[in-house]
Amino acid sequence: MSEQKVTLTIDGEEITVPKGTLVIRAAEQLGVIVPRFCDHPLLDPIGACRQCIVEVEGQRKPMMACTTTCTDEMVVKTHLTSQLAADGQAGTLEFLLINHPLDCPMCDKGGECPLQDQALNHGNNESRFVDEKRRYQKPVAVSEQILLDRERCVLCARCTRFSNEISGDPFIELFERGALEQVAIYEDEPYASYFSGNVIQICPVGALTSASYRFKARPFDVRTAPSVCDLCSAGCTQTVQSRHGEIQRQLARTNMPVNEAWNCDKGRFGFKALTSEARVTTPKLRRGGELVDASWAEALTAVTSAVTAANGKGAGRVAVVTGSRLADEDAYAVSKYVRTVLRSDDLDFRTRFAPAGERAALAALAGRETASYADVEQAPVIIAVGLDPEEEVPILHLRIRKAWRNHSAKIVPVGPRMGSMAPFAYRRLATAPGGEVDALRALGAAAGARDLDAPEGYDDAQVRGVLDDLDGVTGAVILVGERAPAGALAAAGRLADAIGAKLAWVPRRGGARGALDAGLAAGTLPGGRSLEDAGDRADVEAVWGELPTVAGRDLHAILTDAAAGTIDVLHLIGVDLARDAESAALAEKALAKVGTVIVQDLVVNATTEHADVVLPVTATQERHGTLTNWEGRRQRFSQAISGPELVQDDWEIVVQLAAMLGQDLGWNDLEALRGEMTRLGPRDGVRDWPALPASAEASDDEGMLLVTYPLLLDRGTMLLDADDLNATARSPFVALHPDDAARLGIADGDLVEVGDGTTTLRLPARVEDDIVAGAVYVPTNSTDTPVTALVPVAGGPARVAVSVSEPAEVGA
Amino acid sequence: MAQFGPVRAMTARYDVEGVHDLDVYLEHDGYEGLRAALDMTPDQIIELVKDSGLRGRGGAGFPTGMKWSFVARDTGKPVYVVCNADEGEPGTFKDREYMERDPHALIEGMIVAGLALESVQGYIYLRGEFAFAGRRLRDAIRQAYDRGYLGEDVMGSGKRYDLTLHRGAGAYICGEETALLDSLEGRRGQPRLRPPFPATHGLFGCPTTVNNVESIATVPFLLRHGAAWFRQWGTEKSPGFKLMCISGEVQRPGNYEFALGTPVSEMIEAAGGMLEGRELSFFCPGGSSTPYLPASDADVPYTFEDIQERGSLLGTGALMVYSTQTCIVDATLRFTEFYEHESCGKCTPCREGGYWLSQILHRIEHGLGREEDLQLLLDICDNVFGRSFCALGDGMTSPITASLKHFREDYEQHVAQGRCPKGVTPPTPREPVLSVATDAAGFQKGERP
Repeated sequence: MSEQKVTLTIDGEEITVPKGTLVIRAAEQLGVIVPRFCDHPLLDPIGACRQCIVEVEGQRKPMMACTTTCTDEMVVKTHLTSQLAADGQAGTLEFLLINHPLDCPMCDKGGECPLQDQALNHGNNESRFVDEKRRYQKPVAVSEQILLDRERCVLCARCTRFSNEISGDPFIELFERGALEQVAIYEDEPYASYFSGNVIQICPVGALTSASYRFKARPFDVRTAPSVCDLCSAGCTQTVQSRHGEIQRQLARTNMPVNEAWNCDKGRFGFKALTSEARVTTPKLRRGGELVDASWAEALTAVTSAVTAANGKGAGRVAVVTGSRLADEDAYAVSKYVRTVLRSDDLDFRTRFAPAGERAALAALAGRETASYADVEQAPVIIAVGLDPEEEVPILHLRIRKAWRNHSAKIVPVGPRMGSMAPFAYRRLATAPGGEVDALRALGAAAGARDLDAPEGYDDAQVRGVLDDLDGVTGAVILVGERAPAGALAAAGRLADAIGAKLAWVPRRGGARGALDAGLAAGTLPGGRSLEDAGDRADVEAVWGELPTVAGRDLHAILTDAAAGTIDVLHLIGVDLARDAESAALAEKALAKVGTVIVQDLVVNATTEHADVVLPVTATQERHGTLTNWEGRRQRFSQAISGPELVQDDWEIVVQLAAMLGQDLGWNDLEALRGEMTRLGPRDGVRDWPALPASAEASDDEGMLLVTYPLLLDRGTMLLDADDLNATARSPFVALHPDDAARLGIADGDLVEVGDGTTTLRLPARVEDDIVAGAVYVPTNSTDTPVTALVPVAGGPARVAVSVSEPAEVGA
Repeated sequence: MAQFGPVRAMTARYDVEGVHDLDVYLEHDGYEGLRAALDMTPDQIIELVKDSGLRGRGGAGFPTGMKWSFVARDTGKPVYVVCNADEGEPGTFKDREYMERDPHALIEGMIVAGLALESVQGYIYLRGEFAFAGRRLRDAIRQAYDRGYLGEDVMGSGKRYDLTLHRGAGAYICGEETALLDSLEGRRGQPRLRPPFPATHGLFGCPTTVNNVESIATVPFLLRHGAAWFRQWGTEKSPGFKLMCISGEVQRPGNYEFALGTPVSEMIEAAGGMLEGRELSFFCPGGSSTPYLPASDADVPYTFEDIQERGSLLGTGALMVYSTQTCIVDATLRFTEFYEHESCGKCTPCREGGYWLSQILHRIEHGLGREEDLQLLLDICDNVFGRSFCALGDGMTSPITASLKHFREDYEQHVAQGRCPKGVTPPTPREPVLSVATDAAGFQKGERP
């Protein structure tokens, strides 16, 4: 079906646009920028500022370009050709300036302010206003990181519309009326949003400014560079602005297919770690129990000596674990280094203990056309498993919300907790932790998926509901989070095949998808290849040379063996295992036992306390590279700042280690490295989904099942020193179902103890319907002792006891 | 032959003691219009209202029947009938008295409108300050439910109609129909973008009509007596009768009912004429938003078309009468301060224009005017009129542009003499607008030292 078009004339030029296009957008296409303040292409039209006055032939009154839709044969004259429009715009500008404090010299927006620009272009040199200006106290804090100056505000309502329409946390509102109308927050509900920084960026004046950027710089004396955020897998493009080599601020960079024009506060404000006291700026070696500065030569020699010694004792004594911030090039370099130099396959990019069968399921993902942001935005039905988008991949949350808001997409969360999807979930498949697979199996079997049996005794009333939702729709999307249990991805894949839905695997961490593509997991090779597939091996060996023949160990096996003393060298690249591993208890044991712990990272953290060698690296903003987001979209980023003198890119370090160990990885610059990555390319053909593991037996174990995943803002080391940002973090809590709360005598707000008999966390209880009965949710990394300390060394499922420690004060 | 002059049609029951009670109302032809409507199809009712030529009594004068015919009745969504009882236009007090005296007439009209538009839910959005009218309506609605005029089975017809009384919270802007709908939905009352119009996307996104109290209350009379009866009064373009609120410097201010087309001078006479010793200077024909007309226009027949021809508007039927003793600058300042206070703040011209205009007028009235202020006032009005989001901004400019048109010399005297020549106000500067006191309390917590 072809889109309906209309043809109109703007300033004498004819243009044809889709029906429904606003005049202001059509004019833009002709290069005519009608001045505006309230208009924003991603927000609903409001027509509040009245700046974009144009003349439309046949209309009695002047029209607003931002709210008038184009019609056939319409004749529009903008300020460029109409005196009426020009005078009208001048009149509105005069109105906007009468109460404006004109404090540009001390306003953070100065130099990039639409009001300033327009006043300069079209404003009067002298004001006709001789009366009293409206006065407000300035600035007031809307939140810890957002400051509001109401004297500068032009009441365009961009910020309040953003809150209401885009982020859905509408605690910022317009209050009062007339000339006293003002942006404000509710008394008992402070502005709490993970997306609040966007209101600063879209504010067309200096009314909303950033606490951390206040009085820091001018847009014309900062150095601006495009970058990609590495703090989650969303892949937001951003603009990094620096002065004297230090980042002053980061902004969302418009990239419609990915982050549109938004980013989250973590991405925007979370860059202080790079300049924190904890930043590792020189190589370090442990001498006499202390980490002391060393030269690169000393540090690299320490690594290669330890590796050589360990390898001398036999195979399997060196293992590598990588983290989230690695660029694709790093991941590839490490993958090749481990296989061809260390001659090992013991490596993992996950901090979770990989569930059974995940390798095969991830391998089956390769080569398939997976879902993208655009698919999510258009999807009539979105099934999400093991994913709390706002906490894990915030921009994906905005896109899901957009689908819901724009066309009432039916959002179906599957699992023990809906989290951020609760406000707009259409239907819920509630399951116990781990029960997601049975739900997907039942759904898949009912939808006629190949090789998928319905689990026995599954109550299918909910499933039939989802099938009804899916009936006759095309373009459904299934999103599987990285923490979905064993078999979930394969079951979801079969379901997707059966119903023609698009599937995506949505890891939380920034470099995870790139790491998968580079083969940074045991048994996995670049491009979706498998170590155990002869053809795949041959492909890679043709470029890399000889490879190990047996698939290696994953994180759980590595840590278990390390704790048992059979691993001598643990090389950790960008991963804080002490806090991030699924079982902190196991990680602690392993780190304590391993002879040489090599940490290649940005900052000193809990893991570096165990390190024998610390290698300083560049941050994403300090280098060139590529990042692959959850969609599988590769985005190049370039260096924005130079970083400390002695830091190196991860791939450079690996190249040097290889050389010192007597091997040439084959490249000494990014271009050559990328050339090889391209040459190897992805694997041809698509694998079938693996068989599902048997359903877990119901357990009679005592205690509540622990559900845990991190909140967006937590104790993660990348958030070091971002004080204004961290002040907006959500406080940790224990979520439990009202039935469990009643049984355990727990009231909302009580301080409760969550423990496994040895370790205990004390946190306030949140009694909520969202969590299923029999389970508790605790944020992973928001407490002094991470909740991962309660996860048994054998891995999940963790069972915990919950009891009241201190009842909440009545009436508090 | 069309008739003009005083009428007792819709105010006929004003003399009936206790007609707000259902039993008394029934004794005086109460719910007979509804009975007639129950035998008609929706289209027949709409056709009748169209034939009558009834024009909206809330200010804009849009033909009621045509408005109803625009309502999308076939979308599968519920249709809502909303009565605009947020009577706030300065000088207007007809709806309040009508609801206080004859509340069942409004309820009857609402049910008929429901039948015409195939709606089963109506709302009366009542100005919050109308406490007495609110009690009267509340009691009347309860009685109508108890006696089967409202509810599941309207007069035994098997048809359902529910009516909800909603009290506003004191904002003039909520008399603007889309702001009213937002307020009714529980939102901040600010006008909505149109299109889409309420006829297709109104209350809760459903097809909706919003009609004034007087318009709705007129409908049962049409049902009972027919369109021709209604047309015996008034002119072709302005047929029927109209409630008139006559206020100002007259002997007996109050509500009157006239045939449309009655000359304004006759209306003033009917209100007892000017106060002793006062001479008509100007009048505001239909509420503060309608431009003043000078005494020389007092012969104007009170019709939509005639008043428009003289450069003003019929508005709500609020005739405000001023004598030569009144300072027109002071009167205009009062209106302007009203608009400044009632501007919702959504759009720039109205919000900032009102703020600026009232400061300038204040200066002039208080003897601090400058020669250039007169042109400045006109320029500002120019930039507000037709540029604001809704008609509130247009209304704001009316008293200023009209007074400068007809009484410019009064302004010039203020400026030249440095005081109000009529001595209405002493020269004192206006208090600056310092709004720190009105800070939303939410900031107190988050305040930085």
